Amino acid sequence: MQQSNAYIITFSVILTVVLGLLLSGTSQLLGPIQKKAVELDTKKQILGAVLDASEIRAMKPDQILDFYEKRITSKVVDIDGNEIEKDTDGNEIVAENVDVAKNYKMAPEKRKYPVFIFHAEGNQDDAEAIIVQVYGAGLWDEIWGFLALDTDLNTIEGVTFGHKGETPGLGARITEGGVQNRYQGKKIFNDSGEFQSVAMQKGEGKDYSSEDHKVDGLSGATITANGVNAMLENYLKAYKAYFEKIKSSSSSEIAALN
Amino acid sequence: MSTETAEIKEKKVSEALFSKRRKKLISDPLVDDNPITIQVLGICSALAVTTQMQPTLVMAISVIFVMVMANLTISLLRNTIPSRVRIIVQLAVVASLVTLVNEVLKAFAFDMYKELSVFVGLIITNCIVMGRLEAFALGNKPYDSILDGFGSALGYSWIILAVAFFRELLGSGSVFGVQIYDGISSLFGGEFSLATNGLMVSPVGAFIILGLIIWVQRTKTGYVEH
Repeated sequence: MQQSNAYIITFSVILTVVLGLLLSGTSQLLGPIQKKAVELDTKKQILGAVLDASEIRAMKPDQILDFYEKRITSKVVDIDGNEIEKDTDGNEIVAENVDVAKNYKMAPEKRKYPVFIFHAEGNQDDAEAIIVQVYGAGLWDEIWGFLALDTDLNTIEGVTFGHKGETPGLGARITEGGVQNRYQGKKIFNDSGEFQSVAMQKGEGKDYSSEDHKVDGLSGATITANGVNAMLENYLKAYKAYFEKIKSSSSSEIAALN
Repeated sequence: MSTETAEIKEKKVSEALFSKRRKKLISDPLVDDNPITIQVLGICSALAVTTQMQPTLVMAISVIFVMVMANLTISLLRNTIPSRVRIIVQLAVVASLVTLVNEVLKAFAFDMYKELSVFVGLIITNCIVMGRLEAFALGNKPYDSILDGFGSALGYSWIILAVAFFRELLGSGSVFGVQIYDGISSLFGGEFSLATNGLMVSPVGAFIILGLIIWVQRTKTGYVEH
């Protein structure tokens, strides 16, 4: 059966409108829930730097948001370590909403660097750790993470990494707890107080427990490991000014953090 | 992919809800006319999502939903769809359904959404979906089309779940995230441990498992490609 052009056009228009309404309706309806899901996911990742994955899994979504609310405060700093509260348009900047991927495309001096401060239980004046965000490129696609530093601003308390498309079983292992735990206790400043990033080494299975800046590598995923190394180096270097500022501005680091 | 529309003769008397013919609509694609192992369609996603059971299950459910709904919609519209633009119409319907699934996953199962990401979107290009719309739904009544879509999607689902079972077990030593290898090792204690096979987590592993399944199946059914 051959239909007239008018029929075909009418049919197409009606179909388009109906499907369009259906999709935009769903998007409107689910939008707030999706936003909450994204927020929850970000907060889970941030908390992942200071908590065990099993602890986070045991919490319900509301508990996680509540925990985050109570224990984390955030701010945004620039490359010189100065806090920025408003963007060029005068809008308030919220650290959780800073799009690290977008900032990554800018020159390092122009980027915004979010900082998350993890407080002791029930005491907003007492900082336990300071969490910074890192971002870079793996073998296939982007990789990102959060790194928690102890209040000495030197010792790594924990890291959490994420990736978009690293090879399963090889590079994708950066998301495993066992791999991330290797960073615990490593240091980002050397004995003479100069910045020295933490780097994964080639090969796997060696013991680097006595080395402050070396981490056991990922067998078969050298390029991803190099990407992680570059990511940590780039971003920790950018945060360095902020760390030094806190250290020098006050005798009490904890007071300065707040 | 056969493009001619399969016509099924209409009967005057009302047919039982699950008559023999209708049961065949569901059971045929499971083994004898399986979309993956016999027609070799939808291989792309079968390789990509099957490293673990859980995302595979979500993928299977998504495909079942999309196929049933798309078959139903196209079948309801079958007498009004202009034949010259029917492919575009099918595509629009399938794409809308897939977007719907994607949005729902993003809202209610964000972890799954992240893990499956692009593959849910790729259901649009899954040849099984379009193939059934073109070959069946355009020429048959809604209820039969639902059964046909359900059957084909189920045929796809059990194959990808089977592939995922072996890949996760051999590649990660677990099933649905539950560590099986560790459990076995602890039974024997001491030095005993099972090594996981890295090959299984790469797409190559899926090819091997899929090839083995197709081999076993074709040996049993005696199917030969013409």
